[in-house]
Amino acid sequence: MKAFWFRYRQNRGAVIGLVILALVLLCAVAAPFLFPRSPWSMVQRPFLPPFTMDGLPLGTDALGRDVLSGLFHGARVSLLVGLVSTVVALAIGIPIGALAGYYGGLADDMLMRFTEFFQTIPSFALAIVLLAIFQPSLAYVILAIAIVSWPPVARLVRGEVLSLRHREFVEAATLSGQSNLAIILKQVLPNALPPIIVLASLMVATAILLESSLSFLGLGDPNVMSWGYMIGAARTVLRTAWWLSFIPGIAIVLTVLALNLIGEGLNDALNPRLRRRQS
Amino acid sequence: MLGFIAARLVKAVFILLAILVLNFVLIHAAPGDPAAVMAGEAGAADEKFLQDLRERFGLDQPFAMQLWTYMRGAVQLDLGYSYRQQMPVAELIWDRLPATLLLTATAFVISIVLGVTAGVLAAQAQGTWWDTLISAVALIFYATPLFWVALMASLLFSVVLGWLPGFGYQTIGANYTGLDRVLDVGKHLILPASTLGLFFTAIYMRMTRASMLEVSRLDFVKTARAKGLRNSVIQRRHVLRNALLPVITLAGLQAGQIVGGAVLTETVFAWPGIGRLMFEAISQRDYNVILGVFFISAAMVLLFNLVTDILYGIVDPRIRIAT
Repeated sequence: MKAFWFRYRQNRGAVIGLVILALVLLCAVAAPFLFPRSPWSMVQRPFLPPFTMDGLPLGTDALGRDVLSGLFHGARVSLLVGLVSTVVALAIGIPIGALAGYYGGLADDMLMRFTEFFQTIPSFALAIVLLAIFQPSLAYVILAIAIVSWPPVARLVRGEVLSLRHREFVEAATLSGQSNLAIILKQVLPNALPPIIVLASLMVATAILLESSLSFLGLGDPNVMSWGYMIGAARTVLRTAWWLSFIPGIAIVLTVLALNLIGEGLNDALNPRLRRRQS
Repeated sequence: MLGFIAARLVKAVFILLAILVLNFVLIHAAPGDPAAVMAGEAGAADEKFLQDLRERFGLDQPFAMQLWTYMRGAVQLDLGYSYRQQMPVAELIWDRLPATLLLTATAFVISIVLGVTAGVLAAQAQGTWWDTLISAVALIFYATPLFWVALMASLLFSVVLGWLPGFGYQTIGANYTGLDRVLDVGKHLILPASTLGLFFTAIYMRMTRASMLEVSRLDFVKTARAKGLRNSVIQRRHVLRNALLPVITLAGLQAGQIVGGAVLTETVFAWPGIGRLMFEAISQRDYNVILGVFFISAAMVLLFNLVTDILYGIVDPRIRIAT
């Protein structure tokens, strides 16, 4: 762990990313305490510009809602959707990839055709279709994002399992009479973990972008405040109140950037041999 | 080579058929009566209308029979009827398709040209502040939501500076012809196409840079150097040519994302393509249109993948032999 942290720290960008993410996480956790009122409630006259009134540092939106409160509550939704949809995508992708890589042959062929199918169809359009047909709610948003983002996991895990499958320690486990399931779970997958962790951190970033795009199009959960929704709602008043679109966008960029930087740092720290060569 | 193309073609057809099955299943998995789903949540959907729909689409028949009817129609490009717009879906899509093709193709060219150029520059200047700058800009673009860039670009270049039109396909009421019309559409195209291309520019830049650095470490580059070739020749003829292979693969994989991104860009810039059509259909819950656009965009992606596969086969003979 110490060695891991030492290597992670070498990447300055990754440390900055970690700091930004910690701040966003803090906002998400603090939201209900700092802004106990619903972010949907009207607090002042509409279109109050930022820095013009005490207590409302970022002003109000077209319906007189507190922008800062929306930003804090939006952080909750972004992080929640990002994390949970990634976990669900891993739960779909890891078993498919592991089974395909471990058993090979027909199972591999069928599972990989299935994966390829999902990888070929335009993922954003599929997410739109899913949410348009099943009424948008947080659970469906998460599910839709997971459904379009698992294929890279399956492919990665399959590749890792294939390369580990015939190593000595796996053969030793087979000889000692362990079941296939035990071998996959206890011997193979733990060794395939580092690249999965790196991919997962990048997937959280992509999921947050995807969630904001869906909310922007009006396909988010209508009951939760999210950054994408804030931008979508402010789109029609771009000329008169540009800051209403600008501010939540900055929040998205910072969060996604932080996660991407962390992903690169994890890659450097977990795969010392594959480190980006700094010659 | 012909066998290679045929194999890819067969695969593409299978994927398209699978998407049709998926569409069909989705209509039936939607909560509520499939007839009501097809009619859209049109208030006009009274019982008699729904009954007509049920008969017309054989919704009272067994599931397999329904699937067959649906597939047969779709193969003949009958993508259903939009009761909202009072028009066949296929017709709606054909009307809008050229605008989307123009937008996505332009965005694609912009992103490839800019991305590869920036990637090559960054790789050649590896370790300098120039490389750091290009890489940092790419990292930021990569983290920026497409729809937000589009909004900000239209704010800056259209509202504040007034340089470029911020919405639409051409100047309304101007009725330009000939070259004037081309220039007018071109002017309207700049903002949507460059914002759509931006995200992908970042991806191609990172890929090209990494791939160039990877290839320049290989032995054949050392050989070329030992032969006394000039550096510019080595870079162009040996390094770049090989470094572009993974970029082509990536471009093929990204095609679907560009089509998806078109929904967002067309929405922001009121660009009259199938992406905008889909956005309008979402707010109207016009399912036939949504599914139709989904099907056609998947077909576009498959076609594009087919082209990149063939390109790849031409550029790298090893691939052809492997399949």
